[in-house]
Amino acid sequence: MSGGTRLENANPLIFQRSEERLLTATDEDEDLADPINDREIFDILSNDPEHPLSLEELNVVEQMRVNVNDEESTVSVEFTPTIPHCSMATLIGLSIKAKLLRSLPDRFKVILVSINKQLADKERVAAALENSQLLEVVNQCLSTRTM
Amino acid sequence: MKGALELLQRVSAHPDARCWCVAWSPSGTWLASCGGDRAIRIWGKEGDSWECKCVLDDGHQRTVRTVAWSPCGKYLASASFDATTCIWKKTNDDFESLTVLEGHENEVKCVAWAPSGNLLATCSRDKSVWIWEVDEEDEYECVSVVNSHTQDVKHVVWHPTQELLASASYDNKVCIYKEEDDDWECRATLEGHESTVWSLAFDPEGQRLASCSDDRTVKIWKESTPADGSSDESWKCVCTLSGFHGRTVYDVAWCRLTGALATACGDDGVRVFKEDPTVDPEQPVFFMSAHVPKAHGQDVNCVSWNPKEAGLLATCSDNGEFAIWKYNSDS
Repeated sequence: MSGGTRLENANPLIFQRSEERLLTATDEDEDLADPINDREIFDILSNDPEHPLSLEELNVVEQMRVNVNDEESTVSVEFTPTIPHCSMATLIGLSIKAKLLRSLPDRFKVILVSINKQLADKERVAAALENSQLLEVVNQCLSTRTM
Repeated sequence: MKGALELLQRVSAHPDARCWCVAWSPSGTWLASCGGDRAIRIWGKEGDSWECKCVLDDGHQRTVRTVAWSPCGKYLASASFDATTCIWKKTNDDFESLTVLEGHENEVKCVAWAPSGNLLATCSRDKSVWIWEVDEEDEYECVSVVNSHTQDVKHVVWHPTQELLASASYDNKVCIYKEEDDDWECRATLEGHESTVWSLAFDPEGQRLASCSDDRTVKIWKESTPADGSSDESWKCVCTLSGFHGRTVYDVAWCRLTGALATACGDDGVRVFKEDPTVDPEQPVFFMSAHVPKAHGQDVNCVSWNPKEAGLLATCSDNGEFAIWKYNSDS
C-alpha cells in the first residue's frame, strides 16, 4: 500500500455536507451536564471544513449512522467506504477507531460496524497502532492538509 | 448457593496504558503484571496492601502481552508485540534478563510453561505455535513449529498433568497438540465457537477444557474415548454458558483449589461460575455464583486464581489497574 494521503479512488462520489450545527441555549448553559450525542461524534470525525476531501464528503461517515448511548457509554459508527473490500477501507476504519479512542472519555466502548473483523479485535488494533509506520499513515489520514 | 466477590484492593499498575495480564507466582506471594507501557511489574504484599517490588521496563520494545512464572518460581517469561519472548531469572530482590527467544514473525500473544518446567510454548499473530525445550544449563531450543491455525493464535495452555498443549485462535477454533516421534502435531481441532477464541483453561484434574470467546460464550469440552477403541482424539462440547456475558469474554481461569471458574469480560464485569454437583458429569451444569458488573471502569482482560490461597482472585483492565478480590462461595 502506497503512502496514506493519496486515495485509490480518483473519482469519488461527493455528497452534500450537512448544515453547520447551530448553538442552542442549552449548549451555552455551563451548569447542565453535557451528554455526548450523535452530532458531536460526527463532528469529531468530519474533520476540517477546509479539507476538500473530508471523510464526510466521501460519505464515509453519515450522520444517521452514528449512534451514541451516553448512559451505557457506547458509540457505534457504521461507515460505508466508497469502494468496499479495498485496502483503504481497513485504513479508514482504523483511522476512525484511532480518532474516537483519542477523543472520547475512557469509559466509552467504540463499536465499528463494518465487514472487517480485524477492526473489532482490540488486540489487533492496539498492535497496529504501535506500528510506527502504520501510525504515521493513520495520523496523516486524520490531519488537515497543511500546504 | 449464592456467592460473593469482595474487593480487597485496587492498584493503578500501568499508568495511562492497558494492563493486559496478571499472573501469580507458584508460591502465591508475588503477582506479576504487564501492559501497554512495555513494562512488567512485580508486586508483593506488605501488611495489608500490595506494593511494587520490581519494575522490568527495558526488556521489550512494545506492549508486553503475557507474563508467566515457571513451575519452580525462579523464572518469568514475558511475551511481547515486539515479536520476542524474554526469559527472566529471579535474583535476590530483582530479575535479570537471561535470554530472548526470537523467531516469530510478528506479535507474540502468549507464553506458557509446561508443568514439568522443561517445555515452553509461545503463539503469535503469525498463526504458529512454537514449542521450546530448556535444558539444565538454561539453554533454550525450539523443537517444533506447528501451523495448525489459519489465523492469529491468541492463547496457549498446558495440561496440568500430561504433556499435552491446547491453543486458541482468531480462526474460531481450539487445537490440541501431542508429541509424536520428537515432533509436536495437532491431534484434535475443537469447533463450535462462532468467533475468536481468546483464552483456555483446564480443570484441576485435566479432564475438561474451558474456552472463552468473542461470541460471548464459555464452552466446556471433554475428551471422549471412542467406543471402537481407536486412538483418535476427540473432544466434545459438553456445556455452553451463554446469556451471561454482555461482550467478548477475554479470559477464563479454573481454580485448582476450589474448582470455581472465573471470567474476564469486555462489559467490565468479573463473574464466577460453579458446577452443580448433582448433575451427570458427562453433561455438566454451571451456574453463576458471583458477578461484579463494573469490576473495573473498562474491559477486564485477565483473571487469575491464587494457587495457594483459596478464593483469592486477581483481575486487570484496559484502564491500567489490577484488583484483588476474595471470593466466597456461600455468602
